[in-house]
Amino acid sequence: MRLFRNMFANSKLRKMAGVQSIAHSTPGGITPHLHKSRSLRSKIMAIPIPPHLLIPLQQQQGTASAACVKAGDRVLKYQKIADATDSTSLDIYAPSSGVVSMIQNHTTINPAEKEQLCIFIDTDGKDEELAEIDAIEWQTLTREELLPVIRNAGICGMGGAGFPLPKKMETSSNREIHTLIVNAAECEPFITADQALIRERSEAVIQGAEILQYAINAKHCVIAIERSKGDAIAALSKSISHSSVEIVILDDKYPAGGERQVIQAVSGKELQANKLPADAGIHLQNVGSVYAVYRAVAESKPCISRITTLTGEALQTPKNFEALIGTPVSFLFDLCGIDKKNHAKTVVGGSLMGIELMDTSAPVMQSSNCLIAGSLAEFPDTIPEQPCIRCGFCAEACPAGLLPQQLLSYSRSEDAQQLEDHGLFDCIECGACSYVCPSKIPLVQYYRNSKEQLALSQEVFDTSKGWQARFQDHQYRIKKLKDEAEPRTAIKPANIPSAEEKPQGTFSKDQAILDVAAAVSRVKARRKNVIASSESPAKPIQADGEAET
Amino acid sequence: MLPLVGTIYFQSLMALIAVLLIMRVIYLMRQFWLQSLSRQHSIVDQINALLPQTQCGRCGHLGCRPYAKAISLGERINKCPPGGDETITNLSLLLNEHRHSLDPAHGEVLQRAVVVIREDECIGCTKCIQACPVDAILGGPKLMHTVIESECTACDLCIEPCPVDCIDLIQLGEPELLWRAPEAGKTTLIGSNL
Repeated sequence: MRLFRNMFANSKLRKMAGVQSIAHSTPGGITPHLHKSRSLRSKIMAIPIPPHLLIPLQQQQGTASAACVKAGDRVLKYQKIADATDSTSLDIYAPSSGVVSMIQNHTTINPAEKEQLCIFIDTDGKDEELAEIDAIEWQTLTREELLPVIRNAGICGMGGAGFPLPKKMETSSNREIHTLIVNAAECEPFITADQALIRERSEAVIQGAEILQYAINAKHCVIAIERSKGDAIAALSKSISHSSVEIVILDDKYPAGGERQVIQAVSGKELQANKLPADAGIHLQNVGSVYAVYRAVAESKPCISRITTLTGEALQTPKNFEALIGTPVSFLFDLCGIDKKNHAKTVVGGSLMGIELMDTSAPVMQSSNCLIAGSLAEFPDTIPEQPCIRCGFCAEACPAGLLPQQLLSYSRSEDAQQLEDHGLFDCIECGACSYVCPSKIPLVQYYRNSKEQLALSQEVFDTSKGWQARFQDHQYRIKKLKDEAEPRTAIKPANIPSAEEKPQGTFSKDQAILDVAAAVSRVKARRKNVIASSESPAKPIQADGEAET
Repeated sequence: MLPLVGTIYFQSLMALIAVLLIMRVIYLMRQFWLQSLSRQHSIVDQINALLPQTQCGRCGHLGCRPYAKAISLGERINKCPPGGDETITNLSLLLNEHRHSLDPAHGEVLQRAVVVIREDECIGCTKCIQACPVDAILGGPKLMHTVIESECTACDLCIEPCPVDCIDLIQLGEPELLWRAPEAGKTTLIGSNL
């Protein structure tokens, strides 16, 4: 807290002098070639409406939403087409007017090329809106009124990871938040969506930040941005003159914009791997999401589009688009004049954390911040990995302070205990280690695989615990039933004649003789049995099991 | 040095050292006792934690914990088909025993599976309900039964008692992973190779 106080102590003075706060330094990092200038030459373009939109029902981490329209329905722009099922799923709204043609599986952007349920809309080009809702004066709303507006706008984190905003707001509103950090550090090569957004719409971004600050009741609000983005900083400085928002300047390196890196740079403290930013009293939000919040609250428009960078050597006119969610990637490529001969690889996200997309008919999602149509020169074919020479470059580059080469060997030997002890779950998968590796080992992919394997084995372990508990309950129940049943049989053994056969109080001689004869024959029979069993002893019945109660 | 031996200071110092030594010895003994105590109590639990908990009884015991107890009393560790080689490896590491391959008398290595009742054919005899070791089958006399999929351990104890053979064992296959380990010369992660 003291560090915070120092930082904000004479903020007014600093602002008057036009000097922004300088952030603390963070460990590790690399400085790759950024490839950003090409897509920043032109302004953000609004795209023409594509003939078909396919909107995935799950664009974020969490659970899929449930479609509330069916094939054949006509939908209007901003009309709700899917409902959230829990706090980690989102409401989804139609990006344009048209007819729902079908709801079926289609390839979407994810590393395993998995198919996912999408709502297909054949657009009619009229872009008819739902009856206009008047923009609300958010300053007049109470916090309790404002939160549902943000929650129902269907926004997820637009930085790339796609964490659902409603869930984040829920976590933050349950804890005491002292600082809202707007993350404008876009450190990954090729991506310029946030920079372009700030450059052109800084007023809206600042207002969005103020709305969010009010909604989560944060005392301070800072915007973290790297030093190299001069135009964006200039635009921001102009817009913050009437507000309490601060600008914090980060170092130019990769990864400066990672969640934990930004928090460390701003507060000077490292966040533990198992802690959320909210535990440290910080709410971190990407600029794109903040802008979406502004649209949702100040303009009453739910999230139906995002700013996406289209770049790469195979595109003739790289630029930033305000793309509707659900626009096929190939449609955007065609708009930028794609050179099919030069096009070797399609990458979603930056060049360091991005994934390769095989099928360009996949739709743009809320988390797709950048689409690269790369040439072979930009993304050469992978060379086979060479053995680790233990140079230690990866350990120097790691922003989380881990030992990537140790992790690699444990990942290969699938040593779960050592992986956990060496902090695999502290890894933010930034790819800095793979970038510096002279042996070209795809380290991050090993870690991602290991993380998934560990999560899976944990799941198996948890289910087996459940089975064990159920088995014990079952045993307990059976034993209890048996215990309850025993006294009844003890009262009335089967071999005692019933009262009707042998009426009490009467006695006949003939009956007595018969009874004695029967008893003698019974005893004889039993003796015979005993002799027979002593000659060939029966196998004792072994009870292996035992009731665990 | 010699003239100091008789003084009160020297004597009190020696007494202090003696007291400290005794305290240390008591502390160590207590630690050892606690450790052995916890070891005694938890060896069955430790073995049990490594077993797959399907409660299938293929090992010849009533469930996983009885088998764990039997192992702690000297039984072979290679009698668990659902656990397969992984369980044998883990057990051999825990108990420092030889890593025998799976005993074929108890069946082959089993994959992830689940049991499903063909509900149209079920006559409601409740025999499968009685056979289920984890109470994962729902239903009543002369009413249709069904398996709670998330609780089913695929022990297949319910299949044999069914008089109308309406229970199927369905293999689930390997779980799908988003990220595969890199194969030689083939990666899907871009950033690594720029």
